[in-house]
Amino acid sequence: MVACVVLERIRKTFPGLILISLIFSLLLCAPSLVFAQESPYIVTYDHYLEEPGSLEVEYFSTFGTQRGGNDFDAFWTEFEYGVTAWWTTEVYVSGQTTFNDSTVFTGDRWENRFRLLQHEHIVNPVLYIEFENTNAADKILKEVEGHDVESDYAESNAVLRKEHDHELEMKLLLSSTFKGWNVAVNPIVTKNLLPSEPWEFAYAIGASRPLALKASPNHCNFCPENFIVGVEMYGGLGDTQSPGLHDTSHYLAPVVAWNLPSDWTFRMSSGFGLNENSHRLLMRWGISREFSGFGEMVGRLLRGRP
Amino acid sequence: MKRTLASVLQSGRAALAAAGIVVLGIGVLGSARALARNEATAAPATRTLTYAALAEAPEKARERKNPFQGDLEAVAAGGKLFEQHCAGCHGRKAGGARRGPSLLREEVQQATPGTLFWILTNGVVRRGMPVWSKLPEPERWQIVTFLHSLKLQPPLALPMNAKPINPEPVKAEPAAPVQHIP
Repeated sequence: MVACVVLERIRKTFPGLILISLIFSLLLCAPSLVFAQESPYIVTYDHYLEEPGSLEVEYFSTFGTQRGGNDFDAFWTEFEYGVTAWWTTEVYVSGQTTFNDSTVFTGDRWENRFRLLQHEHIVNPVLYIEFENTNAADKILKEVEGHDVESDYAESNAVLRKEHDHELEMKLLLSSTFKGWNVAVNPIVTKNLLPSEPWEFAYAIGASRPLALKASPNHCNFCPENFIVGVEMYGGLGDTQSPGLHDTSHYLAPVVAWNLPSDWTFRMSSGFGLNENSHRLLMRWGISREFSGFGEMVGRLLRGRP
Repeated sequence: MKRTLASVLQSGRAALAAAGIVVLGIGVLGSARALARNEATAAPATRTLTYAALAEAPEKARERKNPFQGDLEAVAAGGKLFEQHCAGCHGRKAGGARRGPSLLREEVQQATPGTLFWILTNGVVRRGMPVWSKLPEPERWQIVTFLHSLKLQPPLALPMNAKPINPEPVKAEPAAPVQHIP
């Protein structure tokens, strides 16, 4: 009885933790692990895709302050699979807890990224296409589009979750790596599938660099080459009915990734709102693990071979 | 009208979700089957095609000098990087595995440092090797230094389970028939 009460309290306090432990315990019997060299970006994408046959499981959380409403913690889990060296597909599920309100499931997304050119160039383009099935209570702020502003999120979950959105989102991921620096620019276009809704525009840009460009000969957790630091900026650019920067929100976020030799990657980002329409603070963190040979393992299981 | 639209969207959503699952399934199974097929039927001729990507390196790239040539510390660091990023596909001893060809073969061992660096940077995307330019340039050179420290294995014309000519410092695994995912 006491255990049930404690568990219920934990569930209410850390709803995301249960999701994380479930996912990661399911993957304990996973195939071989590889050291991931993940970028620190949380919103911006560079041009690097998942290695073929590898599955990356990621959990992210965003704590956001809210004026005129309750602060929130939005969380999402991503399953990212490298189908080929030029195609990565990804499924997301998301939810959020609004403090003094409730915890709700907010939807799912299916994302695909296609590498357009075979070789590396000064600028490398990747096409990103995503279908979103979410409700208005979605607060992960994975991208800030059109005229998205802080006050949109002030309503209670009961009201917000009544509105369902089916959106198609397209990005052109332009990314360049030179002398250890990565610079990525993502122009974004989103269309709510309702005919009456306009096309919305947005952007995300980022720059990052490892703390050391040369690897040390020894295995180590705190070597500078395991840390990648950077900054990203993202925001809305209006829509077809009302293009421009008025009534839009923008964020600037220093980011850091810590790639551990034990196959885990931690990311942290503190996003600061740049204008009155933005949340004051978006504190994000994420944890991920890559499982190499996942496709092979599934294939073997389905063929009934050891 | 709104109700019709809503029901269309609802069914459309279900259809898209189903399509997503099917595509993901095809992706996972397809790549697994391709791997199995390649494992079973890969002929020396097709493996040669994978190695042929080395010949695509432009002249200028081939001539680049390895800044870590002969640097023992770079060999050790490259070995660590190889284990972290490459061994999953090419085998822990670089002798090849299901997803990646042997790097002990003559084709690789006799390639210039610049050629290997170019392949690492650009990948062989159509054959399943991703680009590795996300590793900083010095780290890619460290991997090249490590690869060249490995000993030569006989070329493709010789039996697949042939032993390496020199067993040190890294002994070759029996080379598995290999082919990247097309």
